[in-house]
Amino acid sequence: MGLIEASRLKSPWILHYDTGSCNGCDIEILACLTPLYDIERFGMVNMGNPKHADVLVCTGALNKRSARVLKNLYEQIPDPKLVMVVGTCAISGGVFHNCYNVAGGADKVIPVDVYVPGCAARPEAIIDGVVKALGRLAELQEVARGKKSA
Amino acid sequence: MNDPQAVTQQIMQQQLMTIGLAMLAVIIAPFAGGFLAGLDRILTARLQGRKGPPVWQPFYDVFKLLGKNQITASRMQLVWMYAYLAIMVFCLIFIALGLDMLLTVFLLGFAGVCLVLGGFSSKSPYSHFGANRELVQMLAYEPVLLLMALAVYFQNKTFLISRIYDSNEPLMYSMWPIFIALVIIITIKLRKSPFDFSTCHHAHQEIVRGILTEYSGSYYALFMIAEWYEIIILLWLVALFWAVPLWVGVLIALAVYFLEMFIDNIAARMTIGWMVKYSWVAAMVLCMTNLVYLFIKRGVF
Ligand code: SF4
Repeated sequence: MGLIEASRLKSPWILHYDTGSCNGCDIEILACLTPLYDIERFGMVNMGNPKHADVLVCTGALNKRSARVLKNLYEQIPDPKLVMVVGTCAISGGVFHNCYNVAGGADKVIPVDVYVPGCAARPEAIIDGVVKALGRLAELQEVARGKKSA
Repeated sequence: MNDPQAVTQQIMQQQLMTIGLAMLAVIIAPFAGGFLAGLDRILTARLQGRKGPPVWQPFYDVFKLLGKNQITASRMQLVWMYAYLAIMVFCLIFIALGLDMLLTVFLLGFAGVCLVLGGFSSKSPYSHFGANRELVQMLAYEPVLLLMALAVYFQNKTFLISRIYDSNEPLMYSMWPIFIALVIIITIKLRKSPFDFSTCHHAHQEIVRGILTEYSGSYYALFMIAEWYEIIILLWLVALFWAVPLWVGVLIALAVYFLEMFIDNIAARMTIGWMVKYSWVAAMVLCMTNLVYLFIKRGVF
């Protein structure tokens, strides 16, 4: 594994976007940054800028207004990028699924790599989700390398 | 011994040695700077009661960024970022070779200007905000660096840094007020709290990322590498204050770096006007007093 590919797995910078959450999941994500869970151990840093981010973390039911913002943010993140949705709302719309302004889960507009269920998702589950996401990135890198050598 | 050929050969050898040392400094500096940045992150985490990332985290970050896709809003921005890095490297070479102190300070200033122009060359209002703030930061620290060079001249009757390495009296004896002023402005120069206006290391939500908002991927990595050079240059300037056995100077520089980290963690961000007042009043008074003292003691010209 090359130096760059190895480093990718050790430094996922996170962009958090709330598409219409009740704020429960957001607080759990912020809890991951606190001394108790300290996700910076794994090199994860919460970024406020899509241009510096690697992982887009999305919470809340996707409403029709935030859909285009989400798409825009996703496009601004340079490749390789991962998307992780946190909470039942972001997966399917959750308790809001039939509301007139709710479009559904985040995967209606962008491709999603990892789903973390829960209402609200616990910090342990969120950290587990990021580990899964990195596992998927490693897989993708393997595939890409296999293609290159073949 | 008096054979002119032998003498020239000796001089040649000496010059080769210094050039070799400078090359070595250029290669080692980013590693040392990255290591210090990693220590900074661990120490910050420990002060906040967290475990913190591994020491090598900044290197992981840079390598990851080098492998990312390029998205750029303007070409000019990239030119200024390359210039920023190149001038930092030149600055380090200047100090390592013991060349002119005044020129080194000017180069540092020009590096800052490059960063500002890079910030202004995209249309993003965040990056414009950051660039404006970086300008104010330069306004706050640049005079102190200039006065420091001037004081070195008063002391040694030359701007040459090599003279500092050769002299047998540490600058600290006669220039400690300027040393304190330098410690004050290093906080501004390293963009540490309470002076992290143009861009900051921790609260990334503040005006997004300031002057760096528009840099992504490997160009952001360039900035990080340049920043590591900057750390080493500034600490080297600090070490010059006790250059006679250089290891004392190095210890002082490390102590200053840890002090900066500590201040970074205990201080909240101040307003930008306060920074200018603080640096101009506190640091300038220290510098001026020192200069007057040197003037009386040594006489000039
Ligand atoms: S999943 Fe539950 S906690 Fe999370 S945003 Fe939806 S309603 Fe709130």
